[in-house]
Amino acid sequence: MKRKLEISELIFKIISYMILTVFALACLYPFVYAVSAAISSRHAVEYAQVILFPKGVQFDAFARMFNNNMFWNSYSNTLFLTFYGTIWEMLLSILGAYALSKKRLLFRKGFNFFLVFTMWFAAGIVPQYLNYLATKRIFNGIGITDDKWLVVLAMGMAAMNIILLRNAFEGVPSEIEEAAIVDGATEFQVLTKVYVPMCKSTVATVALFFGISRWNGYFWARQMISDSNEHPLQVFIRLRLEEFTDPDQMTGWNETYASDSVIYALIVCSIVPILVIYPFIQKYFAKGTNEGGVKE
Amino acid sequence: MAANVKAADFLVYDEETGSYRMDPEQAVRDDVERHYWKHVGLMIVKDWRLYVMLIPMILVFLFWRYFPMYELLGCFKVADEVKPVSEQYFAGFSYFKRLLVSGDGLSAEFWRAFRNTFLLSFYGLLFGFPAPIILALFFNEVRSNIMRSVYQVLTYLPKFMSTVVMTSLTTLLVKQGSLISGMGIVSRALVAIGAISQETGMAGLLNQPQFFRAIYQITGIWEGAGYGSIVFFAAIIAISPTSYEAAQIDGAGKMAQMRYVVLPSILSTIVIMLITHIGGLLSIGYEKVLLLYNTDTYVTADVVSTFAQRYGILGANKGLASASEMINNVVGMLLVIGANTIARKASNTSLY
Repeated sequence: MKRKLEISELIFKIISYMILTVFALACLYPFVYAVSAAISSRHAVEYAQVILFPKGVQFDAFARMFNNNMFWNSYSNTLFLTFYGTIWEMLLSILGAYALSKKRLLFRKGFNFFLVFTMWFAAGIVPQYLNYLATKRIFNGIGITDDKWLVVLAMGMAAMNIILLRNAFEGVPSEIEEAAIVDGATEFQVLTKVYVPMCKSTVATVALFFGISRWNGYFWARQMISDSNEHPLQVFIRLRLEEFTDPDQMTGWNETYASDSVIYALIVCSIVPILVIYPFIQKYFAKGTNEGGVKE
Repeated sequence: MAANVKAADFLVYDEETGSYRMDPEQAVRDDVERHYWKHVGLMIVKDWRLYVMLIPMILVFLFWRYFPMYELLGCFKVADEVKPVSEQYFAGFSYFKRLLVSGDGLSAEFWRAFRNTFLLSFYGLLFGFPAPIILALFFNEVRSNIMRSVYQVLTYLPKFMSTVVMTSLTTLLVKQGSLISGMGIVSRALVAIGAISQETGMAGLLNQPQFFRAIYQITGIWEGAGYGSIVFFAAIIAISPTSYEAAQIDGAGKMAQMRYVVLPSILSTIVIMLITHIGGLLSIGYEKVLLLYNTDTYVTADVVSTFAQRYGILGANKGLASASEMINNVVGMLLVIGANTIARKASNTSLY
């Protein structure tokens, strides 16, 4: 029997739908606007005639970026940092989280505290910067002069993600591990053939978190990479924004498109890869975050 | 005598035979106690693969999380480019005195940054923290799975955009007007509905200190509310439908159901998230502030991290910058421990 909704429930439902719709559209609008403004004519952008749909369509702003070697450079640098950074972080996190999830590990509490403490107390950006400078000297000393590798090895590694993985691994029944060992699996095979497939959604979620934070990384990449040919995309976007919002430089702007359109075009280029991957991995991460969620 | 007492621990009374016999488990326990490190060694040798797996992670954390903490001790030393921290001259608490009590311009600037840090976080707690909970309550009202997925996909999306993209969009959407181009589209909309005057909009919202905090919070909610609701939504859908039915039979309206069914069920999640939030109170995203602020808005926008960045990385006053971060870190840590203790006492829920 279907119960009739009470009036207070009905009102709440209507309010819910309204606010959700408004908020969801507000989340989407800036991106739609960015696309429209990137391909609209200069007059339409500068005099705010673009509200939702493009006006006076031009593709010169995109063409300007695509003809710029620095843009492609920064794109490939970002791909480099994301690819190697995620692999490096996943490797360390999966191995570490697996060991931490074992009850038989001695000093387990101590190792956990070692991780969790970094969430309470981070040294701050200046000491971290000084530490990177010291590391950079060591790296240069052993012949690695490419700053990108320093960024790959030294950045990232969030304790929170390792704890997510550890909690997911703890949820695997120990009987399965014992069965695998009886069948002659080594410790490493247990990890790769049993644990990782069984915690697929958490592993995917954590990989997504690492990947996204690499793709989006800005501050340390700008501090640590001195050669402008090695800057990742985010640094490139920011430098263009600083350049293009400087009124002194913009007085001589006489293109057929607005200077803002170039920034919008860049933003669109930088978020397209995320938008492409997002639907595939979206189904995992709500599940993954809750599976490995905070338990203690 | 001691040896006798020790020996007696081995013996357990056996009711069947009516005599004492050796307890083999106690013998093992006793052996472990006597040769503790030998047994530790044996266990490590037996599971050596686990420890090898731990090593890379430990090294990375040691190098890039713990060594900076050592560098932080530079706040007690006279900064020196060449020497490592251990060999620098001791400066005592002079930087702290300079920052906290000297009363000169620098001290005022530090206190302003500290106050801004606190206020930005506090408003984040006030407005940013409840937003995902409310959103999760709303998601729960949507019965159609497809509609809910659409809402969720759209509201999670901003979380995956970089700070640079988000701040660039913000900068352009509320940018100042000039002779050659109009103001940003959001400023224009605000002028149209009468929220701000034409002159304010033309001057650019990010150039005026009184708008910085609002912009910071609104972009924060825009970015994080949808994604933050995942955890709360999971707690809400775990509530059994029978609880609602029981409340409805007792005549509870929507508000009463919220108060007596939903809230108690998600309280522990809220407490845990609140502690995590308070733990991050003073470590607010410096990247976002750094990308949004400018010299005009230091009054409300400058936070301790950006203060430290200006003096320690752009400038050369590393000791002073480290001292400011040390103060920030210590207060932040006290807040986590305090929040955790209060939560444990009040509701038996704690994170650590």
